[in-house]
Amino acid sequence: MKVLVAVKEVATVEEGFELDGTTIDDRYLEYDLNEWDDYAIETGVQLAEADDDIEVVSVSIGPERAEETIRMALAKGVDRAIRVWDDTLAEAELLDVRTKAELFEAVIEAEAPDMVLTGVQAHDDSFGATGVAVAEAAGFGHAAVVNALDLDADAGTAHVRRELEGGVEELTDVELPAVLTIQTGINEPRYASLRGIRMAQRKEIDVQTLEDLGLDAAIVDSPIELTAMYEPESESNVELFDGDADAAAGNLATLLREKGVGAE
Amino acid sequence: MSDVLAVIDHRRGQLRDVSYELITAGADLADAMGGTLALAVISGDVDQFAETLDRDGIDTIYTVDHGEEFNHDVYVQSIEALYDELAPTALLMPNSVNGLDYAPAIAERLGMPLVTDAIELSYDETLTVTREMYGSKVETTVTVSEEPFAVTVRGSEWAKAEGTGGATIEPFEVSVDESAMRSTVTGFEEVGGGDVDITDADVLVSVGRGIEEEENIELVERLADALGATLSSSRPIVDNGWLPKNRQVGQSGKVVTPDVYIAIGISGAVQHVAGMKGSETIVAINTDPDAPIFDIADYGIIGDLFDVVPALIAEFDE
Ligand SMILES: Cc1cc2nc3c(=O)[nH]c(=O)nc-3n(C[C@H](O)[C@H](O)[C@H](O)COP(=O)(O)OP(=O)(O)OC[C@H]3O[C@@H](n4cnc5c(N)ncnc54)[C@H](O)[C@@H]3O)c2cc1C
Repeated sequence: MKVLVAVKEVATVEEGFELDGTTIDDRYLEYDLNEWDDYAIETGVQLAEADDDIEVVSVSIGPERAEETIRMALAKGVDRAIRVWDDTLAEAELLDVRTKAELFEAVIEAEAPDMVLTGVQAHDDSFGATGVAVAEAAGFGHAAVVNALDLDADAGTAHVRRELEGGVEELTDVELPAVLTIQTGINEPRYASLRGIRMAQRKEIDVQTLEDLGLDAAIVDSPIELTAMYEPESESNVELFDGDADAAAGNLATLLREKGVGAE
Repeated sequence: MSDVLAVIDHRRGQLRDVSYELITAGADLADAMGGTLALAVISGDVDQFAETLDRDGIDTIYTVDHGEEFNHDVYVQSIEALYDELAPTALLMPNSVNGLDYAPAIAERLGMPLVTDAIELSYDETLTVTREMYGSKVETTVTVSEEPFAVTVRGSEWAKAEGTGGATIEPFEVSVDESAMRSTVTGFEEVGGGDVDITDADVLVSVGRGIEEEENIELVERLADALGATLSSSRPIVDNGWLPKNRQVGQSGKVVTPDVYIAIGISGAVQHVAGMKGSETIVAINTDPDAPIFDIADYGIIGDLFDVVPALIAEFDE
């Protein structure tokens, strides 16, 4: 059995960032493994640890810089890694959901996994759509926002819990092959061991181009265009308590007492 | 024609608030596009839902009477059938957990471009969508130069539709292909019960990822004690197992409305804010002046919680 895990490197924005047109100045971006994907990786690795017949393969769409993140996935126990990238993808302004679904579909066709795990969303653009779109493109079943998984490989069924709003969980059985979008909290992602990190350094990352995947350059064309990026206009009239910690805390304490907080 | 089809959200017999907001967003968009708004009500008590939903601005409400609960295969097949019949230009869906479970699939099946989590929509020859990125730190606009298109809308961004409309309610037959259904809902469970009910508290001290380590939770516990407050948290604290699920504030946790909510080391992500924005007074303590929590806070301290919290405890322990 094979499990494919989608792994995205995302940028987080540092304090005091500055905008540069429709991007954030690179100085203020820190690149890291997408938080949700960390849980998807852990899910895949735990499945493989429980069953020797399960291979876990990561797939990333991203530039060479992403290899550091991909090696983190390898260090945590992913068996091998695929990175999809080429000049056409690098030049695209924006990879939309349809384009990503085409790319993943081509990888799925080549790899024929039984299960695909993605994060619920990527922290950077927060589209939350890739996993489910991939399922549709590949003709797989799916479940979105999964926070518990019990795999019955023999029956070809994934018993999952979908985390709905307001503390309600939906219990669902999904037929394999399937895509599950994984929610944070489903498990406790491990830290990579030193040995894992060393082994990951030696592993080959399989770089696939559009041509390798048998895809036309036209798949990156998108009708969706990012036209502006700005800091949200704050409607707030937050009153800030300045000064050092003691002074600020003193003023906050006065306010809280006025509101009746701490009164015996 | 440039019509809008909006898909209603309901769960366990209840229409969800975003359904009424979709009517407002859909009616505005239909207006701007020079078309009409139709609703799709799929599964559940569709007749009762349709009657309740009949508010201003709707042309037709199509009801698909199939099953009780949400199933994404039924939704995808029903929307596809409605689309084949009505050929709308815009497909509007909720950015709810269930919306995320079918919207990308139907957009992909129909070959439509998809933009999710819209907080504003405008239309002037082309669609412009406003949405956030990087955990609400920036806002962006995107244009969509292809029609038809699909959009999911964020909850609580549009007003709920009001009034009594005169929509035509039309049952719509969909012969659902059961053999194409790949998932079955077997039940529901409420989680997060337990000893404390954070929705009862007058004062909440709420802790986020800024606390860094499990052993530091004790610091905010001491603050809660000193203030006579109850301790709650953002999601990562619960994900890490540092506090039980019944302490989680937000979209997938509890919705709280205390007199005072003190957010400590919490950035103010939309799913967190959904659970606490109704608090009477919001206080934020955060090192990052750009943290979105300050947009909704009434009072704030830009500072390190490891300095501010001990100082605050000292103020009340004296
Ligand atoms: C479907 C879905 C459902 C979700 N449901 C929920 C939910 O119910 N509740 C919820 O909370 N989240 C929910 N989330 C997650 C949400 O998107 C955020 O990831 C989460 O709220 C972030 O928590 P945080 O603010 O504690 O952490 P972060 O976003 O990491 O913020 C930490 C903050 O601490 C500050 N900080 C760091 N160090 C210090 C210091 N020393 N002193 C002071 N400040 C410091 C930082 O500046 C930062 O602003 C959900 C997400 C999804 C996709």
